[in-house]
Amino acid sequence: MKIYLPNSAFLGNIDAFLRNFDSSSPDQLEITANKKWISIHPVVLSLVAALGLTVKPANIHCEKLEAASKHYLERMGLFRLLNIKSEIEITEHEPAGRFIPLTRITDSKELTKFITDMIPLLHLKPEQASPIKYIISELVRNVLEHAHTRHGAIVSAQYYKKSNTIRIGIADTGVGIKKTINKSHSASTHLEAIKLALTPGITGATRRFGGTEQNAGAGLFFIKSIAKVNRDFFMIYSGNAMYKLLKSKPGKIKLYADPFKDRHSAGENFSFWKGTVVGIDINLDETQEFSTLLDLIRDIYIKTVKERRKEQYRRPRFI
Amino acid sequence: MIEIKLLPVVGSFAENKDLARDLRIKKIIPALEKGQEVTLDFKGIDSATQSFIHALISDLIRNYGTEVLDKIYFKNCSETVRKIISLVVDYMQEID
Repeated sequence: MKIYLPNSAFLGNIDAFLRNFDSSSPDQLEITANKKWISIHPVVLSLVAALGLTVKPANIHCEKLEAASKHYLERMGLFRLLNIKSEIEITEHEPAGRFIPLTRITDSKELTKFITDMIPLLHLKPEQASPIKYIISELVRNVLEHAHTRHGAIVSAQYYKKSNTIRIGIADTGVGIKKTINKSHSASTHLEAIKLALTPGITGATRRFGGTEQNAGAGLFFIKSIAKVNRDFFMIYSGNAMYKLLKSKPGKIKLYADPFKDRHSAGENFSFWKGTVVGIDINLDETQEFSTLLDLIRDIYIKTVKERRKEQYRRPRFI
Repeated sequence: MIEIKLLPVVGSFAENKDLARDLRIKKIIPALEKGQEVTLDFKGIDSATQSFIHALISDLIRNYGTEVLDKIYFKNCSETVRKIISLVVDYMQEID
């Protein structure tokens, strides 16, 4: 496998990065980077780290990085997590207020501890912390419950002062969305599986609308809704498909059960990712009251349930 | 009537679905089976995920019917927790 860390890869322009990494030869990983500057979203770091964990450290080759911003990769813990030497020397600073380094979460206890520990690191007000905790809990629990990977979920986050935005990335190298959804549905493509996974009330755990006692099929819909209400990016990538919620334009926000009705981009011509990757931005200037968001979600969720019931309603056929 | 304090079990952010299931199976269902009413005390819990609340109560509504809501009380809920409980109760009644 070969990965090139570009000059810039954020959710707005991540498509080229996802198209260009080489997933052949899965027992080797070669990491190269832009020589001048590397500026990347945490989701790129989580993706590289998740990929690296599937390869023996001895089979990971990272070229000597020259970019002035190379320290960022060291500081975020990429080389520590992959158990390889970087030859980059840094002065450790107190991380509070800036970032959550790459963290591997493999069970429920680790997740609970991570959520407790991470909020002080980001120095958030309680009303800002609620959606961040919500997003990380739901996404990591998805990995722990559905991905079936011993490598767990790889999480990282960074606060960007200039844009007053927290960017979060979560990656796993598990079975992917299509396999999970198709336990109970019949998505023929990875993009169709992503669409079903983002639709409220649909889960791979059952064909029954509304889910089981443990899965309602609402987690990803909630997260996409948090991004939409806050007019932020949300990206989900699995198999050869990627769906990206684009920033909403000014004006009244309307939530849709069908993710393809949202302003989005999507495609199925990306390098194959065995697992699932999710990236999200939360602009703290735009953060809506979490309870207001819940009102919007409730309205669309109930509307969707009613529509689904109507679709399933059958009249007797008199002949 | 039994009262279950959630804070010592699930912490101030209620998100662990496994703990929600344990509470449902080990505490709530046995009490309901004995004909007791149940109070779920959310004092000290700032927020919860929809997944947690779903794992805590959806199966009760599905198995016992909406009448079970006459036997369960939700106490000391923050605005967020209250809205998430209402959401789950609403959609479970629409679905079933």
